[in-house]
Amino acid sequence: MIEVAAIKKGTVIDHIAAGQGLWIFNKLNLGQLGHPVVLLMNVPSKRLGKKDIIKIENYTDVDTAMLGLIGSSITVNIIENEHVVDKVPVFIPDEVRGLFSCGNPRCVTNSDAYVIPLFHLHDARSLAYVCEYCEEITKVAWK
Amino acid sequence: MIDLRGRHLISPNDLDLREISSIMSLAQSMQQNLSSYASLCRGKILATLFYEPSTRTKLSFESAMLRMGGNILGFSDASTTAVSKGESIADTIRVLDSYADIVVMRHPKEGAPKLAAQYSRVPLINGGDGGHQHPTQTLTDLLTIHMYLGRTTHLKVAFCGDLKYGRTVHSLIETLARYPGATFYLISPEELRLPPRLKEHLEQHSDCALIECRRMEEALPAVDILYMTRIQKERFFNEADYLRLKNSYVLDSEKLAQAKAGMLVMHPLPRVNEIAYEIDADPRAVYFRQAELGVYARMSLMAHLLGVDGL
Ligand SMILES: [Zn+2]
Repeated sequence: MIEVAAIKKGTVIDHIAAGQGLWIFNKLNLGQLGHPVVLLMNVPSKRLGKKDIIKIENYTDVDTAMLGLIGSSITVNIIENEHVVDKVPVFIPDEVRGLFSCGNPRCVTNSDAYVIPLFHLHDARSLAYVCEYCEEITKVAWK
Repeated sequence: MIDLRGRHLISPNDLDLREISSIMSLAQSMQQNLSSYASLCRGKILATLFYEPSTRTKLSFESAMLRMGGNILGFSDASTTAVSKGESIADTIRVLDSYADIVVMRHPKEGAPKLAAQYSRVPLINGGDGGHQHPTQTLTDLLTIHMYLGRTTHLKVAFCGDLKYGRTVHSLIETLARYPGATFYLISPEELRLPPRLKEHLEQHSDCALIECRRMEEALPAVDILYMTRIQKERFFNEADYLRLKNSYVLDSEKLAQAKAGMLVMHPLPRVNEIAYEIDADPRAVYFRQAELGVYARMSLMAHLLGVDGL
């Protein structure tokens, strides 16, 4: 197995379902942060079989709303002096701004460049969100 | 009169029942004594921003403002105006709201008036946004019911036709369900039934009863109101179904004979063939009066939102 050194200080996003790591990497713009980042894919996992892991050095301000939408299995560990000092809870956000677009093609948020789509949680089990503007339901489906 | 000064109206749910009742009672007195309101809005300007044409709604708003002594400006087709393509509604409204004291916006995109209202410094009324909301149609319907039946509670109302795409129906059902004791008879072909999400919402948030029927005759003897809608041919999956079903949802005098003497026949207009012309002379047919009452509903609404003095 490939060995990747533990980070001294920063964030470890663990237990990402295999295959979603690259997508999260892109969606969170981790390549643009200017900090050292590693993405590990298909790491053997007791819980998930296979998982992806992202380690970001010297950075702790990760968008957990985004991670909550992607999957409840994800854990976010804050590292200092090579030890986990905090586990940031990842939960399904009640309100989501700008992370996905409205599924209703007639919605103003799909045609007006100025407006940032805003959604309110309708049903956590099916990840269904109601659009603030057209009030239609969009189910968040990744992959 | 309840203070609604400076508020927007995007959806009927923006108004609570006390506020609706205040709008209804002023509308009623406007209808009874029109001339005494002739200078209520002197010096006020209504901007009608119609990004898609809707002559009836636009004229109704304009008539309402003119009858209160105010002025109007606006456009009725965005492609022929200075509103450039690609400009955000936010930018447009931030310029146009300085030209008027109150704005009505009609837009093909759902949610556009809500977006506009977030940037408007003057009250903004949704004059219809795609298949989403058309709150002044709902106020018009409520006023009609209020004037003819004297109540909006404990009503038995049949909705007939396209219950899937008909936003007028959705708004009215949702609003009537907020009053106690409503029973709704839903008459439609299989393909055009009320959306499951709306049914679920009604079942969870109101005490209304929902009865689905396939034929008008099942509901007619029982109801206080028959609300007719147009079924567009293109909503059907195939021609054969359309031809087979279309007459089931047409009101003629034979069917109307089964209704109560005091029942109201309502329709948001324009109709195509779903109400036979022979019905027009029946005292129960109130659909043309509905259009007239729409002017009073809009007058009262605008007077409330403007917070004009002298009431
Ligand atoms: Zn939307």
